[in-house]
Amino acid sequence: MKPCPEDIVRYMHDYLDGEITRRDEQILKEHLEKCPECQQHMDGLSRSVAFLKSAAPIEAPEGLASGIMASLPKERQGAGVRRWFGRHPMLAAVAMFVLLAGAALLSNFNTEDQFAVSRQPNLVVEGNKVTVPEGETVKGDLVVKNGELHIEGEVEGNVMVINGSKYMASTAIVTGQVEEINQAFEWLWYKIKAAVKDSISFFEGDGGDGEE
Amino acid sequence: MEDLIKKRIKQVLKGDQSAFEEIVSLYQNRLYQVCYRMLGNSHEAEDITQEAFIRAYINLHTFDQKRKFSTWLYRIATNLCIDRIRKKKPDAFLDAPVPGTEGLDHYSSIAHDSPLPEEEVERMELQDRVQYEIGRLPDKYRSAIVLRYIEELPLQEISEILELPLGTVKTRIHRGREALRKQMKTL
Repeated sequence: MKPCPEDIVRYMHDYLDGEITRRDEQILKEHLEKCPECQQHMDGLSRSVAFLKSAAPIEAPEGLASGIMASLPKERQGAGVRRWFGRHPMLAAVAMFVLLAGAALLSNFNTEDQFAVSRQPNLVVEGNKVTVPEGETVKGDLVVKNGELHIEGEVEGNVMVINGSKYMASTAIVTGQVEEINQAFEWLWYKIKAAVKDSISFFEGDGGDGEE
Repeated sequence: MEDLIKKRIKQVLKGDQSAFEEIVSLYQNRLYQVCYRMLGNSHEAEDITQEAFIRAYINLHTFDQKRKFSTWLYRIATNLCIDRIRKKKPDAFLDAPVPGTEGLDHYSSIAHDSPLPEEEVERMELQDRVQYEIGRLPDKYRSAIVLRYIEELPLQEISEILELPLGTVKTRIHRGREALRKQMKTL
């Protein structure tokens, strides 16, 4: 008896998958007619498939859907935000811009590390040290950046020390507010406040001009 | 139907949780059936079906809407079933590959349940027998066989669900049919 063709079992499976070529199908058919053993193998496979297909459809138990709906998590905020960004790329870009602008403002805070002081005629400046001499009166707001301020005399206005230190003698008199800003966040906050104040004074200025 | 599903998915993504109910009712039977055939236990099947839908809901934003939704859903469910089957076999060495069997580990070589005496199997009702024989299939073959013959899905879709190359899916189905043929010589 001739041996069974190589790949004959593979042809059986290709046949069951509905993916057999015409040539292979011919080989398979001819062989099965002559070979009872392979015919039996083929029958076994066909019966297995028929057996599987006899499985009755199974339905989900009642109440499964409502059980699922009841156990869904409540909308998470994080997911909502992420989805929102996904759906509004333009607004996301604007939000990103605002964020970067804020960061730029913050980095300004770090790069502006040069010593600076507002110009008033009777201030004494030695290196990074600014002195309001005893007995003198400085008119207008006094601002010292990255320096040391010693107040021995009088300031008619606000005093602001940014990233520096301040020393007030017992003789010191400041008619306005004294502020010290040392942290990035406060710097940002100050910038915002200043911007708001500017815009307010801009509007107020409109009305005020007429009265003077 | 895919259009309707896509509409519902969009509604859910916009925050309308109730739109998910229609998705559940459309797919619950299919998903439950796969889980039941894979696990052979109605309690566990219910548990895993529920888990699959909840995961689908939570991860819905990751679903690529250009793809077929049922494929994605089947994938979640079959993965959960396979995890559950593995957890039921707490032997530490089961993951080790079996020498001489390409891609097979001890998980797939042990039968789902210990085999019953032959006379008892022969007395079984047909439907019980079907479930019993599917349960005896190694799980690698079982998932492919269930998707092919119970869900009647095309090979290409099975390959996407199981995330396996088409050739591997075919091999598993071939081996699954051979395993069944041997199991059923007594029938």
